[in-house]
Amino acid sequence: MKTAQQIATAVTTGASSATAEVQASLAAIAARNDELNVFLYVDGERATAAAAAIDERIARGETVGPLAGVPIAIKDNLCQIDVPTTCSSKMLEGWRPPYNATVIDRLVAAGAIPMGKTNLDEFAMGSSTENSAFGPTRNPLDPARVPGGSSGGSAAAVAADMTTISLGSDTGGSIRQPAALCGIVGVKPTYGLVSRYGLIAFASSLDQIGPFSKTVTDSALLLEVLAGYDPMDSTSLNEPAPSLVAHVNDGVAGKRVGLVKELYEGSDPEVLASVAKAADALREAGAEIVELSIPELSLGLSAYYLIAPAEASSNLARYDGVRFGNRVDGADVTAMMEATRTMGFGAEVKRRIMLGTYALSAGYFDAYYGQALKVRTLTINAFAKAYAQVDFLLGATTPGVAFEFGTKTKDPMAMYLNDVFTIPTNLAGDPALSVPFGTGEADLPIGVQLLGPGRSEATLLAAARVLEIADGRP
Amino acid sequence: MTQLPNGWEMVVGLEVHTELLTKSKLFCGCENHFGNEPNSNVCPVCLGLPGSLPVLNEHAVELAMRIGMALHCTIAPSTFHRKNYFYPDQSKDYQISQYDLPINANGYLDLPDGSRVGIERAHMEEDTGKTTHVGGSGRLAGADRSLVDYNRCGVPLVEIVSAPDIRSSAQARDYAAELRGILIATGASDGRMEEGSMRIDANVSVRKAGEPFGTRCEIKNLNSLRSLQRAIDYEALRQIELLEEGGTVRQETRHWDEVMGETSTLRVKEDAEDYRYFRDPDLVDLAPSQAWQDAVRAALPAMPAERRAAVVATLTTPTSAQLDAVEVVIDLGLERFVHAVVAAGGDAALAISRVANELAANPEQATSLDVASFVTTLSMELSGALSATQAKDVLATLLANGGDPEAIAKAKGYEQMSTDSLGAIVDELIAANPDEWGRYKGGDDKLAGFFTGLVMKATKGQANGKAVVAELQQRR
Repeated sequence: MKTAQQIATAVTTGASSATAEVQASLAAIAARNDELNVFLYVDGERATAAAAAIDERIARGETVGPLAGVPIAIKDNLCQIDVPTTCSSKMLEGWRPPYNATVIDRLVAAGAIPMGKTNLDEFAMGSSTENSAFGPTRNPLDPARVPGGSSGGSAAAVAADMTTISLGSDTGGSIRQPAALCGIVGVKPTYGLVSRYGLIAFASSLDQIGPFSKTVTDSALLLEVLAGYDPMDSTSLNEPAPSLVAHVNDGVAGKRVGLVKELYEGSDPEVLASVAKAADALREAGAEIVELSIPELSLGLSAYYLIAPAEASSNLARYDGVRFGNRVDGADVTAMMEATRTMGFGAEVKRRIMLGTYALSAGYFDAYYGQALKVRTLTINAFAKAYAQVDFLLGATTPGVAFEFGTKTKDPMAMYLNDVFTIPTNLAGDPALSVPFGTGEADLPIGVQLLGPGRSEATLLAAARVLEIADGRP
Repeated sequence: MTQLPNGWEMVVGLEVHTELLTKSKLFCGCENHFGNEPNSNVCPVCLGLPGSLPVLNEHAVELAMRIGMALHCTIAPSTFHRKNYFYPDQSKDYQISQYDLPINANGYLDLPDGSRVGIERAHMEEDTGKTTHVGGSGRLAGADRSLVDYNRCGVPLVEIVSAPDIRSSAQARDYAAELRGILIATGASDGRMEEGSMRIDANVSVRKAGEPFGTRCEIKNLNSLRSLQRAIDYEALRQIELLEEGGTVRQETRHWDEVMGETSTLRVKEDAEDYRYFRDPDLVDLAPSQAWQDAVRAALPAMPAERRAAVVATLTTPTSAQLDAVEVVIDLGLERFVHAVVAAGGDAALAISRVANELAANPEQATSLDVASFVTTLSMELSGALSATQAKDVLATLLANGGDPEAIAKAKGYEQMSTDSLGAIVDELIAANPDEWGRYKGGDDKLAGFFTGLVMKATKGQANGKAVVAELQQRR
């Protein structure tokens, strides 16, 4: 299996063609999509046409871009003109956006070919893709197990070699956790590095689009394409996009790495062993390991489950049946809105809307939402204090490997706890990634997590590259 | 103005919403224009389509700052919140509005009568769409269906909240009128109340002088100065009657019925929605730089009060009728023309009166009116060469076609009547009305008007009123 970088090179030099790459991708999707439920919509016709156009441009001697002819899977909470976009919700079934997300425009400009839309937990709320209104996605490594979530479809697309790269979104771990469970690389960039314009919001202050790939270099390549200022997103960082691929082999010599107790405690023994071995690998590559405790991080989960639902309760208000999506008629406008929302939203979405509405209510605001904002500030300060001592942090991505279907759906808290290590970074707005390192139960992959201060993607990717090599993927 | 009975005093605060005269909407590039085909000025952002994000319009911020500066407010770093409630004309089912940290706070507005009304805040927010209920009663309940036009959704608004400093309906009206003049002067608004670009809510309570504030009621959407004044008077008297009968005022929102001339309950406080305000995470804090503020302040035009004072200064001892005319001149934005006429030797009082009355219908025409010709027309009137009626007619021709006022007067046959022919007419009329002449001779000066009227009728308005009075005096 080629990497995205290799495909782009082959297509650009004529060793392959965009058409051949798209046909290969379509064949891989056809082979396993019924079994795994990765793609909700396969955009074969448009992808084939886009490939032909790229091949023509290359034949004319034009330069196409760093992702020339590379098929890519798109999480179905990203808007693409005229392509069904559902957020895995009955609410939006059949809706086709009249505009492109900024990241789609950037991908197309770089020569990438969107292959279709991948499954997710409804409105990105979940950690297993079991909350999709259109059925769960299965983990390609063991179809009896979940791929993680919420970007389970995009992670599975890469793990099943349907595409070499894909887009996810990460609000509390929704890229890193499925990357870990599917044995691939996933990056949650610095908040504001990638434009959110066209990303259907779950929790606006936490959401961030990021890449999935098999290799660290491909994530660097894709993130370079995605990153950069966008005037359509007020929270976009107005700074030059970082150079990542050029630094991916910079190594970690001389770096100080914080091994954070709160980011691995309570994990399965195999996970603990992987984190320890990753620390050893970084040390051998010339880094200094510093054991740290950041107690504030243990408060992150509680704060997150007030802030994210509060924002979601407002972000999801617009699904009222008036302007787009599905409508269930009612005797009057209020009844119509109620019936529409009752039909359109699944149980987890309703649970979070209720949580968030409660947290923002008069009389409860200070005790819940207001208190959560204070914890968020504590988290930001605690991370900043740690980054004054070390260059980046090391921990686990998830407490265990991919779990079997239904094991956590009965107890929302058990599901929420799967994100305990990934959530604090989102609260701080800092970047973090998951890179496969070792295996655990049933020979399933384990991901270790690297976390850094704002805009430290190049450092984190270089460190991830060190671990990738140490784990036997040169 | 209604006088309140038994020592009662009203306490009024006004909330004025004004649409800003920007080219585009507050958070997207859609055209901000009234009267287009429904749902033609819309895009993913103002329609609240999934995934769309707001981006603040800088020109709207500048206009908001101009309003704040004109109202002597402090310009402060501010934030945007979401006001959450479900309603179909609200495309996101929340409204983006400034909440605890507004861009403008703690100002004041001085009224022409010398009173000062505090301004608590003047904050930015987005307007909603417009719902039309079809069938049934034409109101939401019982309508067959509702149509929503989102052209207005996302139009920038500034809400100006006064302190509860207003003590009469007349003062409320003066405040609204003065504020409207300021909004127009700053270029922030066209002040068109009938089109809804300026809308007023009034908070009214009553108390006995010196006592603490009473419970207030809010009257929504008053769309003329007359409605404002009538509604406040009605509401204050309603509350007084209630209290004097031993009742209590319930805090509520009330609707003003222009036809019935009364207010009625719209919703009571217990039904008030919990808007669950919180900072909009899609927007960043707004902190206009000092340099930007300085530039806006430097470009701020003169406000009505200052302009009014400059025009009044051209009059020696202004009468109240003249002050009213000055007000009209300021409203028309024609004081620069008046100043030019006075500088060119025109009589200030007459110039102000003629501008206020003769140019009001079409103030744009005044910009092409030749100052020298206008001054000549005024001089002809003052010298008696033209009667007032004739002077107005010459002015109308000047406005429509331009030209030389003396030639126009000649062409219209407005030649000055000779003293001899005027005297003959006067003699004739005296002979025909001996009783009235007797009373005039006996000292009843009012009869001068009677005879002047007869002369005017006989000469078809060509006689000069002053000359007629002189002839009468001679024969007395």
